[in-house]
Amino acid sequence: MTPESVVSIAGVSKVFGKGGVVALQGIDLSVERGDFISLIGPSGCGKSTLLRVVGDITEPTSGEVVVNGKRARQAREDRDYGIVFQAPVLFDWRTVAKNIALPLEMQRWDRARRQERVAEMLELVELTGFEKLYPWQLSGGMQQRVSIARALAFSPPLLLMDEPFGALDEMTRERLNLELLRIWSETGSTVIFVTHSISEAVFLSTRVAVMSPRPGRISAVVEVDLPQPRTAETREHPRFFELVTRVREALHATGADEVEEHLAAEGPE
Amino acid sequence: MSVTTFGESKPSLGRRFLSWLREWLPALVVIAIGLVVWQWVLPDVVGVQRFLLPRFSAVAQTFWDEREALWSAGWFTFKEALGGWAIGSSLAFVSALALARWRPLGRALMPYAIAANAIPIIAFAPITNAWFGTFSPRSKMAIAAVLCFFPVLVNSLRGLTSVRPESIELMRSYAASEASTFRRVRIPNSLPFVFSGLKVASVLAMIGAIVGDYFGGSIEALGIQIRSSVGLSQFEYAWAAILVASILGLVFYGAISLVEHFALRWHPSSRRVE
Repeated sequence: MTPESVVSIAGVSKVFGKGGVVALQGIDLSVERGDFISLIGPSGCGKSTLLRVVGDITEPTSGEVVVNGKRARQAREDRDYGIVFQAPVLFDWRTVAKNIALPLEMQRWDRARRQERVAEMLELVELTGFEKLYPWQLSGGMQQRVSIARALAFSPPLLLMDEPFGALDEMTRERLNLELLRIWSETGSTVIFVTHSISEAVFLSTRVAVMSPRPGRISAVVEVDLPQPRTAETREHPRFFELVTRVREALHATGADEVEEHLAAEGPE
Repeated sequence: MSVTTFGESKPSLGRRFLSWLREWLPALVVIAIGLVVWQWVLPDVVGVQRFLLPRFSAVAQTFWDEREALWSAGWFTFKEALGGWAIGSSLAFVSALALARWRPLGRALMPYAIAANAIPIIAFAPITNAWFGTFSPRSKMAIAAVLCFFPVLVNSLRGLTSVRPESIELMRSYAASEASTFRRVRIPNSLPFVFSGLKVASVLAMIGAIVGDYFGGSIEALGIQIRSSVGLSQFEYAWAAILVASILGLVFYGAISLVEHFALRWHPSSRRVE
């Protein structure tokens, strides 16, 4: 582990239940400070499980996870990361401002500091003026921006994102991709981002870890050397297409297609 | 963006009365027909006897003449219902908290709670009279409390446990304690369920108090007055007392709905369709 690495995963395996469904096997991955790393793979490859292991929401069966130089559990107790799920997971009974302030309340920030930070976060996700609304009064994209603001409110050094834009339409998704990159460059945080969209992974990341299913393994890591900052034009860059092809081929090499066909034949999980 | 707005200024009083009338007219017509049938059609055309159903005008006359006795009896019984409702519902919510906190306990006890919900608890009314004294309001509160307990317990527990897993994962990511997760997630999440339990319980509490009275109780109680006036062939008084019980039941239910409306301002169901 280099001194600059924020997350270091060594030999992590995860077996679910007594039946022994192997979700993850022999995962090694190091995430450097300021990295934006995507985990990509077909459904059932364990990418969300890996994210939850890093966040100490699920415990690995074996192996070690070090976050910010500490064991994962210690890092969670020190609130070293913010997390964003596929669903916004906002609390219906709290206004936008109070949802963003939730982690600050838990860390006993005083009211004045809380209000100040909430105002900053609303500005960051461009929702100033919406603080008094309740979640159901917002669109899906706006709700997800609130949940990103909540995850970043206490400036955690690490941001874990589990398919945060998976449920949004393509246009909202591309806009939020750009917004996320702006936030990432402004806050200088480190991001682990789970997705099953190849173009999203290439567009956002500094590195893409390709995972193969059953058992879940990291089969390739693709360095994304597209210039920063990325803009809407990045998607038209010839290098962008090359990298998308590279990731797609790496996914094909894992036999993901066969698994998808197999799953389709089996019906929904 | 320019939007032309029509009728933004408040409509005139007459206008508002007309629109109110249009909305409520069908309901008013129904009640008018009902009263006509009660007053004239049933006694004069169908030939329904006074002991089966007295004329509406006679019931209304008694309702007015005996208003003091009726409302004081109503208030006496309402206090029994309210006391039982408050005791039963709070015990149920506290039990639900315990069962939600220690899930194995919940899994062990819930089948019995659901089964108990199907028992005709009102059958125990003579027994609670024996336990707490026939003439004491406490025996009626006891039966009302037991009646309220199960619906509030089952609803509260459902509300406390039907939290999406990500909400709990989020709280875990904040290293939140169990108490904090209850306070910030489970309890607020349970409130819509708790209120529907409380509303069902309010109806049951009124039933419990009145039926409890039927098995004996203070002469000041509404249930006793209904029973004895039927015994004395004072059917108008019995019907007027039933009317008092109905009004109190509706007010009780309405008051809880009103509190719910203000407490659950955040709930998507409070969205007004206009």
